[in-house]
Amino acid sequence: MTDHATDTSPADRGYLTDKGFRSWALTLDHKRIGVLYLFTTLFFFLVGGVIALLMRLELLTPGPSLMNDHTYNVLFTLHGAIMIFLFIIPGIPSGLGNFFIPLLIGARDVAFPRLNLLSYWVFIGGIVVILASLVSPMDTGWTFYTPYSAKTGAAVATLSFGIFLVGMSSILTGLNFIVTTHRLRAPGLTWMRLPLFIWGMYATSIIQVLATPVVGITFLLLAAERLFGVGFFDPAKGGDPLLFQHFFWFYSHPVVYVMILPAMGIISEVIPVFSRKAIFGYRAIAYSSLAIAFIGFLVWGHHMFVSGMSPVAGVIFSFLTFFVAVPTGVKVFNWIATLYRGSITFESPMLYALTFIFLFIIGGLTGPFLGALATNVHLHDTYFVVAHFHYTMMGGTVMGLFAGLHYWFPKMTGRMLNETVAKLAWAVTFVGFNATFFVMFIMGYHGMPRRYAEYLPKYHADNVFATAGSWILAVGVAIMFANFVWGMLRGEKAGANPWRGLTLEWQTPSPPPTENFEEIPTVTDWPYGYGKKVVCR
Amino acid sequence: MKGGAEESREERSYALDTARLGIWCFLATEVLLFGGLFTTYTVFRLRYPDLFHTEHLKLNRLLGAANTVILITSSLTMALAVAAARQGRRKRLRLFLLCTIVLAASFLGVKYLEWSDDFSRHLYPKTNLFFSLYFTMTGLHGIHVMAGMGVLGWLLARTRKGHFARASRTPVEIGGLYWHFVDLVWIYLFPLLYLVG
Repeated sequence: MTDHATDTSPADRGYLTDKGFRSWALTLDHKRIGVLYLFTTLFFFLVGGVIALLMRLELLTPGPSLMNDHTYNVLFTLHGAIMIFLFIIPGIPSGLGNFFIPLLIGARDVAFPRLNLLSYWVFIGGIVVILASLVSPMDTGWTFYTPYSAKTGAAVATLSFGIFLVGMSSILTGLNFIVTTHRLRAPGLTWMRLPLFIWGMYATSIIQVLATPVVGITFLLLAAERLFGVGFFDPAKGGDPLLFQHFFWFYSHPVVYVMILPAMGIISEVIPVFSRKAIFGYRAIAYSSLAIAFIGFLVWGHHMFVSGMSPVAGVIFSFLTFFVAVPTGVKVFNWIATLYRGSITFESPMLYALTFIFLFIIGGLTGPFLGALATNVHLHDTYFVVAHFHYTMMGGTVMGLFAGLHYWFPKMTGRMLNETVAKLAWAVTFVGFNATFFVMFIMGYHGMPRRYAEYLPKYHADNVFATAGSWILAVGVAIMFANFVWGMLRGEKAGANPWRGLTLEWQTPSPPPTENFEEIPTVTDWPYGYGKKVVCR
Repeated sequence: MKGGAEESREERSYALDTARLGIWCFLATEVLLFGGLFTTYTVFRLRYPDLFHTEHLKLNRLLGAANTVILITSSLTMALAVAAARQGRRKRLRLFLLCTIVLAASFLGVKYLEWSDDFSRHLYPKTNLFFSLYFTMTGLHGIHVMAGMGVLGWLLARTRKGHFARASRTPVEIGGLYWHFVDLVWIYLFPLLYLVG
């Protein structure tokens, strides 16, 4: 960690050399497209975060204070829709995935660079349409359940179309990654030598390709329901609102794994590098990604236990839901086994990776409470659910993303972050996160329902605690982003391989040249061979 | 890249295989898109068998059958176009692409007549669940036909400029697969809506 200032010439800006709007807007370079995605999605992370702060501020007092109920409904819909569709789903796959998949497999670009650019602009088009729907903003919650969403005065058809476009972009990205992984691996890079991030992204892409079209047709039907008066989801016309929920969750449950699998991939890269130890159970981790993707398609019904689904279906979905815990547990155990007796160092990527494991275990272990039919009836639509998915999504995915951003920042920008500030940001974020969300488990267990702007006075103390936590969390994230900006502009020069990783992206300068590698490397071993050979190049 | 015709031919066939893998993935997503509609159809068909039976009799089987013939023929001309591209016969390629586009347009023409007839008999998407499905499914398919025509038109324009000789025929192959998919969906829709009701 001391020699990173030596081996790149200061003038070398790699793929960042070209300047100007056109060179970014029309680029076919996967790295630039990845950077575009990262900036876009992180911007919406901040927007969604500010909305969350406003909601928590409203919840500071039991009664109405800051806003009326309709505004609150609009805000939690926006918070959910923005965070899910514009940040978490595209964030890691389209941002870090685009940037690092070709680098990690020793390719010059993705298989279809033009399609890649198209998918970014389709994404932006979707965002524009979604923003257009704000003329009469949605108040349905991000799940858009019918029949309410078919009847409310909000611009549901517009928003549906926007999300359809965002979904299409997601399909094109996933398709591109599948073909890239199949066709463009460097010589010698067999499937069993692939970095685990690639396995995670491959499983993710399969879900993107196979689940997204279903939500696409669902939103088209919802739009048709509003525009042409068809009645598939309207009981008054003989339709079935449960059908909407089945379609919606057939996509939206697997997509939970689109959110988490890439983050798990990042953790699988970071843990061995900062433990200086070969990953434990490579095959088990690789196959468990595919297993999670596969089982993820079978469990959507657990979102509908109290919707009036048949009890038999409920039992079956509950039973299947528990199976997801198996491959997930395999991964967690393997990470911990990798740490065991490693020579661990606590640089910022590692801190975030360990935080991922810690928070994700809490999120994961509260899953079975909700997956079990009986306890679900008690906890359904309470803050327990809110806490559970914030621990998995934010504690898991977002911490994984932060780990990835800190880990790959030197590669992307050619500069180092300030480690001290990064660690400070981590500590504040960690405290803030737990203060905000852990108390929600307790609130939910005591029966505080989600999506309500007002609540009984007995939940007051808990809510004050959570709101205070949200401010600490905001401060932590703000410090982190300030560090990113500072690092981009002023950071110390990073060498090609500041962390001494063994994966291919570290074998090219930072930032990488447009064509990624001077010469396509030939791979002779898997990337986790710490302890077997000399690590430093 | 060391020059040499041998190597570049290899590279091109590699690119073709890559593109094929891409289009098959894409077609899988298209199947799932229509899959949602077929699921909806199944659900409501099972729930309201009588409604589906009486309503489907109101459709014009003759026009539906004519359209089926038209689309299957267009699949044939598309296959011939791909064969021509493989043999490097650019004139035939142009001819068959044009035939396919004309057939696609006549499919849409027939569809237009059919829908106008439906509307004149006060059959609208909101009439009942059967007609909701009928208009949604044929409408979405119609959009796909139009998209296919766009692809074919682009191929034709490029062919006019002298593209797509034997080795660089990837776009023709890909466009062909897409067009066959569009035909295939109709081959499921026709019996489902017009015949078995």
